[in-house]
Amino acid sequence: MSSSRRQFIKKSTLAAFSGIIGAPIVFGKWLPKDYIPLILDQNDFHNKFSKDPAMVVLNDKPWNAEAQAHILDDKVTPASRMFVRNNGLIPQDIQTDQWTLTIDGESALTTKTYTLADLKSFPKHTYQLTLECGGNGRNEFDPPAKGNQWSIGAVSCASWGGVRLSDLLKDVGVKEDAIYVGYYGKDMHLSGSPDKNPISRGVPISKAMMEETLIAYEMNGEDIPLVHGFPLRLVAGGWPASASGKWLHRLSIRNKVHDGAKMEGSSYRVPCEPVAPGEKVLDENMCIIESMPVKSLITYPKSGAMLGTKKSLAIRGHAWAGELNVSVVHYSIDFGVTWQKCELQAAANRLAWQHWSGNVSFPKDGYYEIWARATDSEGNMQPMLVPGWNPKGYLNNACHRIAIKVG
Amino acid sequence: MDNKQYIRILKQVVVILKAAIFSLILLLVLVMDMGYNLLKKEFNNDRTVAAERVEAPEIVNGVHVRTGLVEGEGLDLVIQNCTTCHSSKLITQNRMTKTGWQSTIQWMQETQNLWDLGDQEAPIINYLAANYAPQKKGRRARLENIEWYEME
Repeated sequence: MSSSRRQFIKKSTLAAFSGIIGAPIVFGKWLPKDYIPLILDQNDFHNKFSKDPAMVVLNDKPWNAEAQAHILDDKVTPASRMFVRNNGLIPQDIQTDQWTLTIDGESALTTKTYTLADLKSFPKHTYQLTLECGGNGRNEFDPPAKGNQWSIGAVSCASWGGVRLSDLLKDVGVKEDAIYVGYYGKDMHLSGSPDKNPISRGVPISKAMMEETLIAYEMNGEDIPLVHGFPLRLVAGGWPASASGKWLHRLSIRNKVHDGAKMEGSSYRVPCEPVAPGEKVLDENMCIIESMPVKSLITYPKSGAMLGTKKSLAIRGHAWAGELNVSVVHYSIDFGVTWQKCELQAAANRLAWQHWSGNVSFPKDGYYEIWARATDSEGNMQPMLVPGWNPKGYLNNACHRIAIKVG
Repeated sequence: MDNKQYIRILKQVVVILKAAIFSLILLLVLVMDMGYNLLKKEFNNDRTVAAERVEAPEIVNGVHVRTGLVEGEGLDLVIQNCTTCHSSKLITQNRMTKTGWQSTIQWMQETQNLWDLGDQEAPIINYLAANYAPQKKGRRARLENIEWYEME
């Protein structure tokens, strides 16, 4: 065999590459032997999206990644520590000067199309808004629920800037019979089919009209990062983050509950009435998740701290409660036998998470778990066990726990 | 030499020539076949070596390196059919019963443009059910994988 052949890729490797990509590699036989095509180099999440190295990648096609509790310590979540949840493929080659948002639908009085410049001419509003994935905590359900196995890090509270959705809806005109606003994004379905939307959800007209519901073009004072919806996204704080469509280019004012992708069936729905673990639930008995339940995180210290001779520890974190306020946060160091009240700050604005802190004293050396438990303004508390089982594994708001050793 | 004699000799010559040509063709075919077999053998050797060189590092400690999928019967089919549209991580992070995997495949066929898997469906489901089966977690697991560190 001539040595020149060996310098190029083997046919079997080329076939494997083509298999992965799902298409033949044109001129593939001239690929250098150890060269991995760019499309296959999928381990570059953190560099590609400027993410904190402590972000955990759950899925690389589509991209899904979550934070860990200790990197969510910032009061306002920076882009580098914000979870990534995608249902489809991130759009490429976005031309901002050509980007438009069209508002239409059965219940729209007119159809209007806005450029980004048009949108920026409306009054600008900025709010800190909590976005949590409906499936955050899914990995604790038994029997397991399918999907990305989020633990605790699919939550963020960034500062979002943009135009109120209600201002746009008023500009277009909303008919009396309006029920829902559905969004359409530019992300592509995993199958590559242009006829399919990976996700097209939305919110009832009442939520759309709330003053904090934004069509955002800024996050933390800058352009929204690509992976989080550049150049435009809907932000409906306190609701499952899937309601906040990214890469937004169209909104439909509907005279019925929006019927886009992942609105129907069992997606982002829980049983309307409680069911036993593992029970089959018919689609018609599944109800759409709206406000997220009360929840909290201990963001300092990181779990696993060994205190040595110290017997006290300052702890802190955030608490949030969907559409509601958090009224109190407690911690326990004795597995829920006794609870101590924490300091709790008011939210920067409605739908922003609240910061809490506490000073823990340990009575003696040993192994401890610190549990945090928030209570919302209607008296609902976080459970210590995983809450009601549901087929898709949503809404796990069981209290967060960290491990500590003293002595 | 009369005409008859001439024709007889000519016939004999034709027979000899026919035999010679036939032998020559036979010899040629034999030589070509031998050469082809030799070539084929060498080619196959090369392919085997190439295959080993490429595939050997793909499985380490029972795990397929690129996808993270565990080694097992049906692995190739799963890689070919399941990781074209989505990441293998969607498989490795999930646990389902045979029925669960089956209905997931059905859901992908009905709504996500997954093709008909034909004869390959059974070995694919068997692989998934055998290697990614649910485990009991209870109502709340103990804290695990704690990375202990000295606090400043």
